Amino acid sequence: MMKIKKNVAISESGYLFNPGTGESFSVNPIGVGIIQMLREGKSEDEIRSEMLSQYDIDADTMEKDLQDFIGFLKQYALIDNNDEKKV
Amino acid sequence: MKVKQKMRYERPIIRKLETNMPNKYGLRTEYMPMTQIDGVPVKDLINEFGSPLFVLSEGTIRKTFREARKAFSTRYPRVQFAWSYKTNYLNAVCNIFHQEGSWAEVVSGFEYQKALHNGVPGNKIIFNGPDKTVDDLTMSIHNESLIHIDHLDELYTIINLAEKIKPRPRVAIRVNMDTGIYPMWDRFGFNYENGQAWDALNKIMRNPKLDLVGLHCHIGTFMLAPYAYATAAAKLIDLALGVKQKFSHDVKYIDLGGGFASGNTLKGSYLPGPDTNPTFDDFAEAISSTLISSNFESGDLPTLILETGRALVDEAGFLLGTVIANKRSSTGKRTTIIDIGVNLLFTSFWYDHKITPAQPFTHYSEDTTLYGPLCMNIDVVRESASLPLLNKGDHFVIHNVGAYNMSQWMQFITLRPKVVMIDPEGKPHVIRESETLDLINSMERVPDHLKKSSF
Repeated sequence: MMKIKKNVAISESGYLFNPGTGESFSVNPIGVGIIQMLREGKSEDEIRSEMLSQYDIDADTMEKDLQDFIGFLKQYALIDNNDEKKV
Repeated sequence: MKVKQKMRYERPIIRKLETNMPNKYGLRTEYMPMTQIDGVPVKDLINEFGSPLFVLSEGTIRKTFREARKAFSTRYPRVQFAWSYKTNYLNAVCNIFHQEGSWAEVVSGFEYQKALHNGVPGNKIIFNGPDKTVDDLTMSIHNESLIHIDHLDELYTIINLAEKIKPRPRVAIRVNMDTGIYPMWDRFGFNYENGQAWDALNKIMRNPKLDLVGLHCHIGTFMLAPYAYATAAAKLIDLALGVKQKFSHDVKYIDLGGGFASGNTLKGSYLPGPDTNPTFDDFAEAISSTLISSNFESGDLPTLILETGRALVDEAGFLLGTVIANKRSSTGKRTTIIDIGVNLLFTSFWYDHKITPAQPFTHYSEDTTLYGPLCMNIDVVRESASLPLLNKGDHFVIHNVGAYNMSQWMQFITLRPKVVMIDPEGKPHVIRESETLDLINSMERVPDHLKKSSF
């Protein structure tokens, strides 16, 4: 299961700070919601169905955009990849 | 039972905040949506006429023309505009300019015939261009059009025709010159500095069959320096006064051609076009001051002819389109594929066109490369634009496309779409139908031995 790194701080307005690297980011509201769900330990499937119930969007687009977003979280090293080794 | 209203979707994004040097090109995000053109919703236009779609605003064309005319006519007593057909020769567009009082400026036999078809009297057609056939010249002499001679071969052809045809050809010469700008255009007409132009004028004046009526120049395109027109006017005035002094002959008009910049932003510009490009008033002031303060006697002031095209029609043209897909490049940059390519938007080779969404978005944006639908690497509409988070199927509006696109577009890979004009009452009219496969095939001929299919 993917998890946002514990020391990453994110405000409600979408300002994200990674003290490990000193980098800051701007996240839009839907992105903040996804990061919070990842932090709560929700799986990708759970996040997807939660988003589909909240937003007026089709499943294919949601799937594509979610993968794209998670890809960036990985690229910016905001996700703890420790659990992936267990797979 | 009350159904729960779902929220409007926007794709999730995360953007790294960087504190490096500010971008010198000043990337601006176009958040403000353009949901309607002259009161007609963009969505309705696309639903009714399809996507992509060229839309022209008749009201904007008339308003822009009147602004230009006012800028010049308030500063100089004799001004005549001639609509540059190559800029946009859709008949509906030409007819607006003719209704506003513009003559026609054409550069080929095809354009000449189009002007005649639009009801322009022959003596109000200016014939420019380096390629005028004997038939073209014969027709324009008969119609008493204003023939702007580009080279000596053309002059000798006209002299030859004048021996056989009754009306005296009404001619001007095209003059090229150094106006202090780069690049200097020296391909049209006769050079001023090396004496070619004066030599050509002498040849015309010493021929009893020709009637020298004017002097013309076309110094450049998308000119950002009004002073260059002042220099051009001064050099043409010098030639006109020379003719007056030597032959006691009045040159009736001075034609400064076209080239005024529109509100577009040239690629590589630091600042957006609307903030930096000269206005009609700037050009009018430079040109009129030179003419007014010249040594012509008051009664002998020549008519000032202007062949302005781009600056009069660019702003009135919009291109509506739809997002086909979103992708990421190998470097992670956002790329968006739209249904408009360089085949329709020829001017995307020159400008960073302003593009706005056709529906509301939040203030979040991504640096996006816009690709057209062609399977060609060159099909890039914007290398880099800061755009809101467009989704597949969203509509957008490309601005300032009225000049050159509807004449230089290509039937390449896709068919050309409809062109719609919105009249001052807000009613859309189709002024050019979309192309069909049957239309394209109807122009082709297949030899008999190639008609048999091997499948």
